[in-house]
Amino acid sequence: MILVEDFIQRAVALATFLFSLQSVAYIAAALLFILALAGLSRQKTAQRGNTMGIIGMAVALFATLIIVSFTAEVGGAIAVLLMLVALAIGAGIGIYKAKHVQMTAMPELVAMLHSFVGAAAVIVGFTSFLTTPGADTPENAFHMGEVGLAVFIGAVTLTGSIVAYLKLSAKMSGKPLTLPGRNAINLGIVIASLLLIVWLIFTRGVVAGLFPLVLLTILALLLGAHLVLAIGGGDMPVVVSMLNSLSGWAAAMAGFTLGNDLLIITGALVGSSGAYLSYIMCQGMNRSFASVILGGFGDGATPKSGGGEAKDYGDYTTTTPEEVAEMLEAADSVVIAPGYGMAVAQAQFPVAELARKLIAKGKDVKFGIHPVAGRMPGHMNVLLAEAKVPYDNVYEMDEIDDDFDSVDVVLVIGANDTVNPAALTEPDSPIAGMPVMHVWEAEKVVVSKRSMGAGYAGVQNPLFFNDNTDMLLGDAKESVEAINAALQ
Amino acid sequence: MRIGIPKETGGGQTLVAGTPDTVVKLQKLGYEVVVEAGAGEAASIEDAQYEAAGAAIVDRAGAWGADMVTCLNAPDEAALGLVREGAVIIARMNPGGNPDLVDALAHKGATALALDMVPRISRAQALDVRSSMMNVAGNRAVIEAANAFGRLFGGQVTAAGKVNPAKVYVIGVGVAGLAAIGAAGAMGAQVFASDVRAEVADQVESLGATFVEIPVVQESSDGYAKALTDEQQNKVLEVYAKQAAECDIVITTAQVPGRPAPLLLTAEAIRSMKPGSVVVDMGASELGSNSELTRPNESYTTENGVTIIGYEDLPSRMPGLASQLFGQNIVNLMKLVTKEKNGTPVFDMDDEVVRGMTATLDGAIMWPPPPVSVSAAPKEAAPEPAAAEAAPEPEKSAFEKHWWKVLVGVLAVALVFAAPASMQSHFVVFALACVVGFYVITGVSHSLHTPLMSVTNAVSGIIIIGAMLLIGSADPVVAALSFIAMTIASINVFGGFLVTHRMLKMFQGSSED
Repeated sequence: MILVEDFIQRAVALATFLFSLQSVAYIAAALLFILALAGLSRQKTAQRGNTMGIIGMAVALFATLIIVSFTAEVGGAIAVLLMLVALAIGAGIGIYKAKHVQMTAMPELVAMLHSFVGAAAVIVGFTSFLTTPGADTPENAFHMGEVGLAVFIGAVTLTGSIVAYLKLSAKMSGKPLTLPGRNAINLGIVIASLLLIVWLIFTRGVVAGLFPLVLLTILALLLGAHLVLAIGGGDMPVVVSMLNSLSGWAAAMAGFTLGNDLLIITGALVGSSGAYLSYIMCQGMNRSFASVILGGFGDGATPKSGGGEAKDYGDYTTTTPEEVAEMLEAADSVVIAPGYGMAVAQAQFPVAELARKLIAKGKDVKFGIHPVAGRMPGHMNVLLAEAKVPYDNVYEMDEIDDDFDSVDVVLVIGANDTVNPAALTEPDSPIAGMPVMHVWEAEKVVVSKRSMGAGYAGVQNPLFFNDNTDMLLGDAKESVEAINAALQ
Repeated sequence: MRIGIPKETGGGQTLVAGTPDTVVKLQKLGYEVVVEAGAGEAASIEDAQYEAAGAAIVDRAGAWGADMVTCLNAPDEAALGLVREGAVIIARMNPGGNPDLVDALAHKGATALALDMVPRISRAQALDVRSSMMNVAGNRAVIEAANAFGRLFGGQVTAAGKVNPAKVYVIGVGVAGLAAIGAAGAMGAQVFASDVRAEVADQVESLGATFVEIPVVQESSDGYAKALTDEQQNKVLEVYAKQAAECDIVITTAQVPGRPAPLLLTAEAIRSMKPGSVVVDMGASELGSNSELTRPNESYTTENGVTIIGYEDLPSRMPGLASQLFGQNIVNLMKLVTKEKNGTPVFDMDDEVVRGMTATLDGAIMWPPPPVSVSAAPKEAAPEPAAAEAAPEPEKSAFEKHWWKVLVGVLAVALVFAAPASMQSHFVVFALACVVGFYVITGVSHSLHTPLMSVTNAVSGIIIIGAMLLIGSADPVVAALSFIAMTIASINVFGGFLVTHRMLKMFQGSSED
């Protein structure tokens, strides 16, 4: 009798201990994650923020590991072993990927990582369903609804991210796929999914619920792929950020199904911050969320486009690296406006060297970065930082845009749509209204570009045909290296 | 083709239509160049320098008898006699005012390009000799004024007392006027400027000068200021006179092509100026000058001690520089008509620049050309449509704007009411986390978007907790699925944090440079 009581007492004590441990760990982790995001908002605190995130994750992992080791149905030792193996495999792959990724391939990697969160959310949704299928409890409707939503959002994130990854890594054309009535298709899938979730709520048991759940998953997978397929390459930065937000919501939904506050907090944190980040980026392109999500470049503007291509802007003049070097020698102030072409050509190192040389010669050198230059937000900053360009010399478009008329030479490296005056002058252009850098106001513009082909938006750029613009055609890296050589 | 550069014969002409530098450039376009002996003498260029640049030195007949002749001004009768049939003549020739010359050239079967008729469009700037010559003239005008002025341009505070800076007033802000403003400002003077075209105020201010407004508005479609009506004229003259009386140096730059220069300074205005003041009249000519008291091609001092400089040949007073610029204009013209770089010019009559300056083509009289009405306007107008587009869309009603917010609110409230008690705390947590997530990143700097996204991505790997909680399940399917979920989620956790770390390390490294 005493023995039994003692046992019960100990069990209760253990349960209380585990519960408290979980609470403490989760509060700590949640706070650390908030500090991580806050830290990442400023250069000075960014590295500390990342460390906070790592500590938070470690705390959460460790606490969960301990709890599971006591509560696992299959026995603590087996569960811990399973977890450690899974962690080891994942860590191995993740660390390898992160160490070997080229900075230029960063957008693809981030997109791919989003798809993992999506996949994990789908699986957690399923397992949660398998352990707690539909039953006659008061929580049933909510639980099943949450399972449905977690699977739905997770699946959309999964295929959406994969398509985004394929588009960003150029394994798939960046052109928007515009099926007729694609918005109707999307809406139809969303409504069908909601109905399936309702159906799911009314099922009892695993077998009955599995069918609507699987169907829901398939529909959501289709929706994710179709959504991103319809979005043009130029909007990919927003899409990546949007998927980031979605992966957060998926985690939050999974948290609801498991009744786990840490998942809810973290998921909501990521979800709302990602949504806001997407919003900032949409503003950078002067587009609304809806117009990005609802489809390719120029939904609604489609009948108007095409006007850009037919226009004849006259002749363009070409120049040589030697002439550019001479021009730069003579200039006092130089602005370098990089674009995706710089990333593609891996030209950031020679560009940084060029900047250092010019600074050493006493020139005023600035980098002008358009908010959507590259294929993800801050893409150019990352590349320039990799090449050790002092970030005091790197300016955002808004900071520098009014000063172009006092600049002697603007060197545009692999940018096109972001410096296209047609956005301001041609209301029927597909990029009309997008803020662009007024590089043409400078005394002289040199554009380093692979060929005279159009940019991502598929529109011709009248800048190239201006009198004060010279084209430096060829690989950006080679061109800039040639300028560097000529500068000596 | 062979290009001939003759020695200029006009009285006092010191320029030459090519320098060793431009001779080299012409050869690069495939032309052969011959230069008349002594052509560059007055501009301090020796024949040997031309020879070193690859040109052949020939006699007068050799230069004028080339396939193509480039010179400053239209050939006189004697020179015309030396021009061969079907030659190309490139010079300033004022075809509108010289019908005889055009006839004579046509009679020779010549192709004549008038350098002074380059259309005022931005593409043609590179070959507009008027611009380059007016630039030189504007600079020289300031130097002439400084020479005649008895004081320094710059102000000084010295042990011997304070010296006020000179006040310079530039009337007419074209190329010459802007050059004068720049030069005078660089020498330390306090510069004022007026122009009937109010839109040049920005250009004046960009050079650090003060724009003196004129109570008359005038638009220009061809790049030149037009002559004014009498009534306007009187108002304008008052402003000029008043400002001139306050200044030490007045530089007038108004010229109307083919007509006498407009009067800007009346005799009365000059009489009201301070003794020791200087007027440089860049519009001076026999037909009429900017100042009533100007004596063309002469510098003299009026009774009240104002020096009026009326030199017509200001560019000739800087022959080396002016010749180089003039020669470069011709090189730019040849680039335009010799796209193949094969030494054979092609005069494309569909090109409005070439068409505008063609007086005769293979003996056919082409003057006058169809009007070209383009100035710098399109460039400046460009930002305007954008501003118009940026105007807010018509205001939607409050209901239209906010209905969805209300809907979301109602749904949320309904959801909370319908939820079982155990769910309530989760909702609180969820809502608070949403708001916190929004606020912590509102101040994010643009350069950190990518690291932020990658760290949030790593953090969303927290889904791994969900997988862990279910990994110990007795159901092997659940356990297996959880294992898979945990593996892929941990890729995210480790990969995400490491990538962020890598990016941030680069940022920090660069900030320490």
